[in-house]
Amino acid sequence: MPDIARRTLLKKAGLLGAGLAMTSLLPAWARSNADGLVRDLPTLSGADIKLRIGHTAWPIDGRHGHAVTINGTVPGPLIRLKEGQIARIAVTNDLDEDTSIHWHGLIVPFQMDGVPGVSFPGIKPGETFAYEFPVVQSGTYWYHSHSGLQELQGHYAPIIIQPRDADPVAYDREHVIVLGDFSFEHPHVVYRKLKQQAGVFNMQKETVAGLLAGRDQSLRDRIEWAKMRMDPTDISDVTGSVYTYLVNGHGPQDNWTALFKPGERVRLRFINAAAMTIFNVRIPGLSMTVVQADGQNVKPVPVDEFQIANAETFDVIVQPTEDRAFTLVAEAVDRSGMARATLAPRPGMVAAVPPLRERPVATMRDMGMDMGGEGGMSMGGMDMSMRNGDNAPQVKLGPGVQMISPMPADRTGEPGQGFQDVGHKVLVYTDLEALASNPDTRTPSRSLELHLTGNMERFMWSFDGEAYSEVTKPIPFRLNERVRVTLVNDSMMSHPIHTHGHFFELLVGPKGRHPRKHTVNVAPGGKVTFDMTADAPGDWALHCHMLMHMHAGMFRIMSVRPLRGEGA
Amino acid sequence: MNALATLTAVLAVSATPALAQHQGHPMPPAEPPATSAPTAAPAPASEAPPAQEGMATMPGMEAPTPDATDEEPGSEPAPPVPTDFAADRIFDPAVMARARAGLHKEHGGSINSKVMISLGELQIRDGETGYRWEGEAWVGGDINRFVVKTEGEGADALEGAEVQALYSRAISPFFDLQAGVRQDFQSGPKRTYATVGFEGVAPYWFDTSGSLFLSNKGEVFGRVEGTYDLRLTQRWILQPRIEAKLSGQDVPELALGSGVSNIELGLRLRFEIKREFAPYVGVSLDRKVGGTADYARTAGNEVEATSAVIGVRAWF
Repeated sequence: MPDIARRTLLKKAGLLGAGLAMTSLLPAWARSNADGLVRDLPTLSGADIKLRIGHTAWPIDGRHGHAVTINGTVPGPLIRLKEGQIARIAVTNDLDEDTSIHWHGLIVPFQMDGVPGVSFPGIKPGETFAYEFPVVQSGTYWYHSHSGLQELQGHYAPIIIQPRDADPVAYDREHVIVLGDFSFEHPHVVYRKLKQQAGVFNMQKETVAGLLAGRDQSLRDRIEWAKMRMDPTDISDVTGSVYTYLVNGHGPQDNWTALFKPGERVRLRFINAAAMTIFNVRIPGLSMTVVQADGQNVKPVPVDEFQIANAETFDVIVQPTEDRAFTLVAEAVDRSGMARATLAPRPGMVAAVPPLRERPVATMRDMGMDMGGEGGMSMGGMDMSMRNGDNAPQVKLGPGVQMISPMPADRTGEPGQGFQDVGHKVLVYTDLEALASNPDTRTPSRSLELHLTGNMERFMWSFDGEAYSEVTKPIPFRLNERVRVTLVNDSMMSHPIHTHGHFFELLVGPKGRHPRKHTVNVAPGGKVTFDMTADAPGDWALHCHMLMHMHAGMFRIMSVRPLRGEGA
Repeated sequence: MNALATLTAVLAVSATPALAQHQGHPMPPAEPPATSAPTAAPAPASEAPPAQEGMATMPGMEAPTPDATDEEPGSEPAPPVPTDFAADRIFDPAVMARARAGLHKEHGGSINSKVMISLGELQIRDGETGYRWEGEAWVGGDINRFVVKTEGEGADALEGAEVQALYSRAISPFFDLQAGVRQDFQSGPKRTYATVGFEGVAPYWFDTSGSLFLSNKGEVFGRVEGTYDLRLTQRWILQPRIEAKLSGQDVPELALGSGVSNIELGLRLRFEIKREFAPYVGVSLDRKVGGTADYARTAGNEVEATSAVIGVRAWF
């Protein structure tokens, strides 16, 4: 701790040498020990916003990494918009490769959605693309590159849209918490290693030493799992062995600090901008009240901890009354590392950082074959084998499909891997209830099932057994039709699935008050059902927000027709 | 109880005029009548709607399953698949076509490669030091790959050396089918072969491979190999290894008898400094069997050789 204290003091001293040069590049809200955001003082706002995409050597925990940045920082500048305004954002590409910006969760015309090859051609080196769209919503969102693996190198940033009417969430102060994962190795190298050797970044595998020490699975279970060629410790593909986990672009040693006055109601806007990491977030000593998910207000849910999957956002209210520091812990789901920040009344204060908890071990339920106990191979005449095409006739059973969940369960009421014995309240999807009535409560006219398929051994990922590179047809939707979509996870990994251009109503909670989301995490071996109104004409991406899963092929296009100006 | 929790939470967050005001006007006029439309109420009761609703329809943690609150969807068929591209109406279709090609490449179409030296070692036996290598390299996509394999050994002279060039195709989640040619390079009699084989991970995590070779002289040979990584700790890995060579016929020129000609057992302990780089030590037992052993005895050669090995396993 003395080291951290000294570092913090140095930062506080501030106007010293090179330290200042980098620090001053940061938007105020992301500077270490930044005073909290003042609600009406946006970082970048107004009718005309200019962004430049370039290369920057970015300092993290005393090292410099190569980052692709927006206006020179990781994350890029916070954009503050107001519901009802027209956003005009000119993006200039200073890279020597194409770039793009997708406004994650924003409802925009399809040509402004920012996916090269789907919505527009992309932004060539040296070019400027002028995005322009009406701002029709409010809440916490973010924006990021949809080109290559740029987002994995830091090309992401937050958006806050102030509601047109009074904000139903009351708070005295707010902080944006952008979570990230940064690799000092180029993401293409990281990706290639995953293709070269399964589990290459997992340094928490089951071992003989662990068996002798009585840890993890029993010998019998290990043999059973080895027979299936499934690794129960395969929780994250890319882990803390290669990632430094970030809060607002800073590593755990940098200790980004957010200030508060004791007694204040502090709104923390969490955005998971990480490429390959699901985080478990807690602030020991403070209860958090979840008030918004994916930019949509929800009825307040008090929790001690919540899991945030890639691309999700959660707004929480905390009210620290003591005059002391609190540690904000965002632990990687496989417990291989953490992002860490501090909430403190004054700069330079620190609180104890809890140690990493034990990494979870997957169960039969994570393979979609939980039979309430014993993992037998037949039940009630159903074929419970691991890879039976009859359980998913639409899936192309190729080398890229390692398993078909024989009995995928709705796991939206479960807190996720590693929370079995955590002993405090963890947010689950079924806790979420929209604050406002759902805009469309029609019963869907049809249903659609999509299987999330993959092969962990070959690092192949796809929908329905086909990587996007093999797919020639989009998924068709009629304009304004309402469709019940079920996502079935036929793998042992989590898949946060994001729909471009559309919110959907997750089928939890009471009818008419389902939480509306743009990204939903489908738990291993689980399934998720939502209703979606295809009210946005155009072509839209649908993909896993584990970006290397997307890069491997877990990507599709939804085509909503007719387009505007066409007959029905 | 859930309703109570919700109410408590609402109270906690809403003790301000802002929320009260919002709760007083929660519904845009255009909104269809919902089943649970809250009524405007005096400020203290404005937190009531969730609670009332909670009691009526039981929201929250033990929410009823979707089926209980949402009707089954209809059975309308999916619409026809559009053949046009929305963005072509805004941007130059030729430019968009190039972008679409890039999109395919970026989402599953990437080409990767690997070079793997699984054995690169010195073999010490009876005061003599030999060397041995085995490795493979591949380049390609997920399904189709070009593979080069090589292995060989020697002491002073190169006793056995070969290179295979193969087309490899993934045929199941864990196995690849491979076919191509093999060329011998050692001193002494050589062959060129057509080859077909497999490589993959068998149940219980056994890495396995097998090949059949048809030589330019019409002979048939075979080879099977299996290894297992026993993970002692995260970085110490013990690898038992077995390899058997087979001959379809008696080949005096190569001193091979018909049937199993050679069995090799190995045990190597490696330390993964990085996953990609691991020095190891171990033992290797090489035994000629059957007719092949007879040839060796006749020639006055050893039938069995036990070596201590030290080497490096590496990939990139």
